[in-house]
Amino acid sequence: MESGALFVAKISITSSMAVLYATIGEIFAERSGVLNLGVEGMMLMGALSGFATVHATHSLWLGVGVAMAIGGVFALIHGFFAITLKVNQVVSGLALTLFGIGLSDFLGRPLIGKVSVKFEPVSLYPLYKIPVLGDVFFSHSLLVYPAYLLVPAAYLFLYRTRYGLELRSVGENPSAADTVGIAVARLRYCYTFLGGVLAGLGGAYLSLAYTPGWKEQMTGGQGWIAIALVIFAMWDPLRAAGGAILFGFINAFQFYCQAAGITVVPGYILRMLPYLFTIGVLVIITRWEAARKRVGAPSALGIAFEREE
Amino acid sequence: MRVVLKRRLKPLAWPRHFLTPVSVFMALMLGALLFFWVGANPLRAYVEIFKGAFGSFYNFSEVLVRGTPLILCGLSVGLAGKMLIWNIGAEGQLVMGGICGAGVALFLSSHIPTFMMIPTMLVAGFLGGALWGFIPGFLRAKLQVNEIITSLMLNYVAIFWLEHLYFGPWRDPAGRGFPGTAMFPEVAWFPRFFGTRVHLGLLVGLGAALVVWFVLAYTRWGFEIKVVGANLRAAQYARIDILRNILWVMVISGGLAGLAGICETAGIHYRLQQGLASGNGYVGIIVAWLGKLRPASIVVISILLGALMVGGDQVQITMHVPSAISLALEGAILFFVLGGQIFQDYELRIQSEAG
Repeated sequence: MESGALFVAKISITSSMAVLYATIGEIFAERSGVLNLGVEGMMLMGALSGFATVHATHSLWLGVGVAMAIGGVFALIHGFFAITLKVNQVVSGLALTLFGIGLSDFLGRPLIGKVSVKFEPVSLYPLYKIPVLGDVFFSHSLLVYPAYLLVPAAYLFLYRTRYGLELRSVGENPSAADTVGIAVARLRYCYTFLGGVLAGLGGAYLSLAYTPGWKEQMTGGQGWIAIALVIFAMWDPLRAAGGAILFGFINAFQFYCQAAGITVVPGYILRMLPYLFTIGVLVIITRWEAARKRVGAPSALGIAFEREE
Repeated sequence: MRVVLKRRLKPLAWPRHFLTPVSVFMALMLGALLFFWVGANPLRAYVEIFKGAFGSFYNFSEVLVRGTPLILCGLSVGLAGKMLIWNIGAEGQLVMGGICGAGVALFLSSHIPTFMMIPTMLVAGFLGGALWGFIPGFLRAKLQVNEIITSLMLNYVAIFWLEHLYFGPWRDPAGRGFPGTAMFPEVAWFPRFFGTRVHLGLLVGLGAALVVWFVLAYTRWGFEIKVVGANLRAAQYARIDILRNILWVMVISGGLAGLAGICETAGIHYRLQQGLASGNGYVGIIVAWLGKLRPASIVVISILLGALMVGGDQVQITMHVPSAISLALEGAILFFVLGGQIFQDYELRIQSEAG
């Protein structure tokens, strides 16, 4: 019998993962200057293609791979419109999300209610033997553990490597980056693609591990929450992890109240909580950073690069 | 040698007239692939879609029915879009409009004179949506909080509240578990025309389009909105109160979507029920941008997308192909139209590396 606190802590981790992958991905894309509001659509396509692959082949890792590839391909659609055709990135991103919602719903109908193999929890030897922490962090499915490496890796990549510096320069001042010979468009394509790959992975986590199976719009706005968390995180992967776990905690609290039959907070308020929480967190962080006169957004975010001649 | 896109100094005029048809055609080709993928004959599917939408007088009346909320949601997104404010919350504003209007119909009908019933419901619907638009508008104007996220998050909040109401306190006690409120009293039913389901909401939508057009074209406020949208710095120099404009635009924008909600509720369902939040608010985004934010075009596009949706329902019935094809096609059309734009704005140039 697990204690309530342990239950909440464990669920906080599992229910933050999809959003975490998508948030880290979107941080890369936005750091390069490409605002991709298509995260929800990419996650849905990732979730669907991942589940469909596993349903057909029973190969979990193939499913994950396909989900990441499809997420990346969908991101490239946005990349083509935003980077090459230089259309308004908000409209293009919204189109991607709506297209993804419609397409996944259309193609996924036959799979609704189907069951297939899924990622089972695997205790990570020997770390799971650590008292409490082992149970909270190291007794999850195999799709959770890569995130523990991804977060610090993304941080180090952004701030401690030359590639990270180039990435940030392309998002902050593409003209300057261009003059020193950095291929602005190519880098933007790369990181937009990476953003889609991670969004696809987030989607696959949902359909293969967290809530196995396919249901239309099963992401329930998590793609949008990821975009909100990017702002909350001030485009920083470490803070993104904090934000994602906070989001996971709200979800876990909701499950805990339902499981324990706590009815002080009515069910519909509980279901609203993640969304109200996102608004609240956004308001607080925006006020806070404005008071400290800090602008976290890359200067060239959402602006197409045109070389002046 | 390499091929580069260069922005034209002046947009090219001649492609304008057939860019949209060509874009739509390309999207339909993509759709044909999708039909093919799920094992349906694409040609037959498109014939069915066309017949479903235009095959008879009644079918076409259903197109107008489906187009009605799209007009209002398109106007809602489009008005905010004129100022480059992104209202992604039309869905939630629509739901709030439905809830508030339904509240009037369910609980106040005995206190309101019959002839005032429908106007009161429209006002309540407008206010419900306006309140839901006010929140992201206020947060954006006063606190610089990104309105895309807040307006979208509020969609979920509104939908959960709607479900709570019709599953809980407002549930029809005689409904035997049907997820919905009791039927509205007949005085609260919007009149329908020509023996079809076309209802007062269509006139509300057309009227709203006229008003938005007039405001944008001929009033000082409309001028301010356009200046803010076109050139923020110029607006600041002209001492236009940008924050107040953001707030008002979001309130009116929310109100327009709220009208869509009460029109659906009182014109079609006659009760608050599941299916009120069926994605019209999101399609409104597509409508607004396909209509290039112009009220008249928004009306036309709404009817066309309404036809696509009725046709989509038709293929679901006759060919068992999911009707979600309509949303996929609409998203694709928006992409192709956006992409087609470059033929106007850019030219292909072949440069030699040396040059």
